[in-house]
Amino acid sequence: MTPHLHKDYVGAKFGMWLFLFTELILFGGLFILYAVYLSRYPAAFIAAGAELDLRFGAANTLILLTSSLFVALSITALRLGKTRQSLWLLAATVASALLFLVNKFFEWSAKIQHGLYPASPELQAREIGETVYFNLYYLTTGLHGLHVLIGAVVIVWVMVFIRQQKVHRDDWVILENAGLYWHLVDLIWIFLFPLYYLVL
Amino acid sequence: MSSESSHIVPYRTFILIWIALLILTGVTISVAQIDLGPLNIWVALSIASCKSALVVAIFMHLKYEQLLFKLALLSALIILAIFIGFTFIDVLYR
Repeated sequence: MTPHLHKDYVGAKFGMWLFLFTELILFGGLFILYAVYLSRYPAAFIAAGAELDLRFGAANTLILLTSSLFVALSITALRLGKTRQSLWLLAATVASALLFLVNKFFEWSAKIQHGLYPASPELQAREIGETVYFNLYYLTTGLHGLHVLIGAVVIVWVMVFIRQQKVHRDDWVILENAGLYWHLVDLIWIFLFPLYYLVL
Repeated sequence: MSSESSHIVPYRTFILIWIALLILTGVTISVAQIDLGPLNIWVALSIASCKSALVVAIFMHLKYEQLLFKLALLSALIILAIFIGFTFIDVLYR
């Protein structure tokens, strides 16, 4: 390591926040679509929403909230010099991410087996509002699932950096930014869950 | 590194926030079982906003950041509100 290596902690973190704002606008667009179509087809949205399995949604909410806790704790652990503990907490986060995706796989499989997927004959026979609901459901949860996958890969990458001593108690901004990304994934789910699984 | 200026959040704080988030999740699921008509969506969104505030303030430690970060988030949220608000002006009064 070069002794004069310039590090801008605030700049690096602010850059990450700016990126998160673009993600906010991206998912914001999908939430606007949801809001507009909910106001247009309220009855169809309630009928279609009742078909989602609340158990999957609730389980995934618990998994994501807990994984957010793990990431937050891992930053504290690293900064206290407890590198091994920090790595274990990150491993638990990645495990949570995979568990979330396994749940999502079973949830989607069940829906697809019931003929509920975009442009399916079953959905085309139904009211247009229900088709819109399920298209938005697949688009939004699919894009969110992709973020979960990317988040897990980023965390594994940070774990490699920690093992190589490139990220350590005095230089943790990469872990911090990976954590910020992971919390964003959690934040989006916090809104996605009630909107899709709890519409009444 | 400005390590001296940034706060290390204790484990305890994070665990308390996590418990609060779990309780709020329980509340949002329970309330959704009661039919409040159009009010349901607003209750769900309010609880989700409370949960987000906890995640942003503590897990993402915005609470401990300098003013610049808070103003940046505020302006992003205002832009999002304009985005949503103007869309609805169009949709509802077309």
